[in-house]
Amino acid sequence: MKYILMMNTMKSGHGVPGWPGKDLQAHIGFMIDINKELHERGELVSAEGLSFPDLAKLVRAGKDGRPLTDGIFPESKEFLAGFWIIDVDGPQRAYEIAAKVSAAPGPGGAPLNMPIEVRPIMSGPPPEML
Amino acid sequence: MSKKWDASSEHLLRELAPQVIGAIARRFRDFSSAEDAVQEAMIAAFTQWPQEGVPENPRGWLIQVACRRMTDQVRSEIARRERETAVAAEAESLPPTLGIEADMDPDDTLILLFMCCHPALTPSSAIALTLRAIGGLTTAEIANSFLIPEATMAQRISRAKQNIKASGAPFRLPSPHERIERLPAVLHALYLIFSEGYASSVGSRLQRLDLAREAIRLTRNTKTLLPDNAEVTGLLALMLLTDARRAARTGPDEELIPLDKQDRGLWDRVEISEGVELLTAALANGTVGLYQLQAAIAAVHDEAERAEDTDWPQILALYELLKRVSPGPMVALNHAIAVAMVHGPAEGLQLLRALQSDARLASHYRLAAVRAHLLERTGDYEAAVKHYRVAAARTASIPERNYLIMQAARLAGD
Repeated sequence: MKYILMMNTMKSGHGVPGWPGKDLQAHIGFMIDINKELHERGELVSAEGLSFPDLAKLVRAGKDGRPLTDGIFPESKEFLAGFWIIDVDGPQRAYEIAAKVSAAPGPGGAPLNMPIEVRPIMSGPPPEML
Repeated sequence: MSKKWDASSEHLLRELAPQVIGAIARRFRDFSSAEDAVQEAMIAAFTQWPQEGVPENPRGWLIQVACRRMTDQVRSEIARRERETAVAAEAESLPPTLGIEADMDPDDTLILLFMCCHPALTPSSAIALTLRAIGGLTTAEIANSFLIPEATMAQRISRAKQNIKASGAPFRLPSPHERIERLPAVLHALYLIFSEGYASSVGSRLQRLDLAREAIRLTRNTKTLLPDNAEVTGLLALMLLTDARRAARTGPDEELIPLDKQDRGLWDRVEISEGVELLTAALANGTVGLYQLQAAIAAVHDEAERAEDTDWPQILALYELLKRVSPGPMVALNHAIAVAMVHGPAEGLQLLRALQSDARLASHYRLAAVRAHLLERTGDYEAAVKHYRVAAARTASIPERNYLIMQAARLAGD
């Protein structure tokens, strides 16, 4: 079963850019290790980190079908920092991985306990049997 | 002299894979390396044979290439150790590869099958390893059919083999008692390959391996290895009787068509008659198990010329039996449908109320979907719409979700 794990982080306050170098290093190392572990277990489909929201644009089609872009959105407190797509045996394993990711180290090495949104990826229908 | 490559050569190559792995694993006493070596030999064959023709002795060719890989591997391992600890050359003591072909044993494939479906493995890794070692598929083909990267699939397979190694499983046939105990896991793995064939059938269907067909082929082979086992035969019958409806169960836009609305002219008569024949033989054989009963239910559906001709009392009787042989929430749910078909929707709904307290079902989309369907039959459209929508929100299948929201829309008159 495939799941997407979406990692949301706060836009302001304890944002990653303001951390001390040692803490940043630990955080980055942690993420590299997670990806390595998921790969070695044969569970990783893909993992992507996203740019900071500074580069985000909201796009809509204009009347002539051309893109209308909108800038940064001060109203949203959280933003999607990255995601994983995993292929695992069931929801319990997906939650286990999400909990691990959630506890990534933050300033001073303390676990961040970030909210990780876990959602099944849609598939085809099961066969007509039990 | 070599033969021209055609569709039958590909089949031959895949059929040879487990036999060759078995023989080499037995000779070298190393299943994991033997499996890797044969995978490399398979890839070499898939590259060379279509161009150069199929060798006169394909089995001998595969054994030779795989053994060369094995010896290379052992030699480099010895060289590495010599550098480190100056161990005396062991190359002389390598098992001779001559005669491997002569003492191939049909039981080898059976040993492999039990190995690949070892209890130490998770279902997804057992399936992957089974497809590669028994099915003779390449890692790329397996990865592609599960829509995951090849490197990830390669890791999954090598990890599965590490787990088998760590469990200390010897390369020999489990005792008759053990075989009986472990057969359900083998059959379950084959069953999962079959259902994966449906579940992953959305999206880029072209260019992808037909896993349902692979599962049928593997189960057919398993039946050859265990001809007297009624459950193996039952599983093969179930797959054929289910697969027979494949062309009818989706419309041109891949939308789901429920059993009672399917064009039965599209059902595969050849598969149905083979399934029925197998089932009849299995049922005559003795103890009735889970797969035979499911196959029997599928056969009752398949034998009805029109949906309204379906022998529901017969299906209900089979579900009563199934509830005893293999109790579970999904069986209970299907039993409730059969009750509704025989005794009316109100009685079916009554049973659903009892199932609501089962934690495994309470938030499952199928409970909501069945409830919606039965409510519709009682004429309570408003409640039916509500439950169709609840079910739609809970399913992880796109065609099923589309089907359910369309049902709700139809009843809501939108």
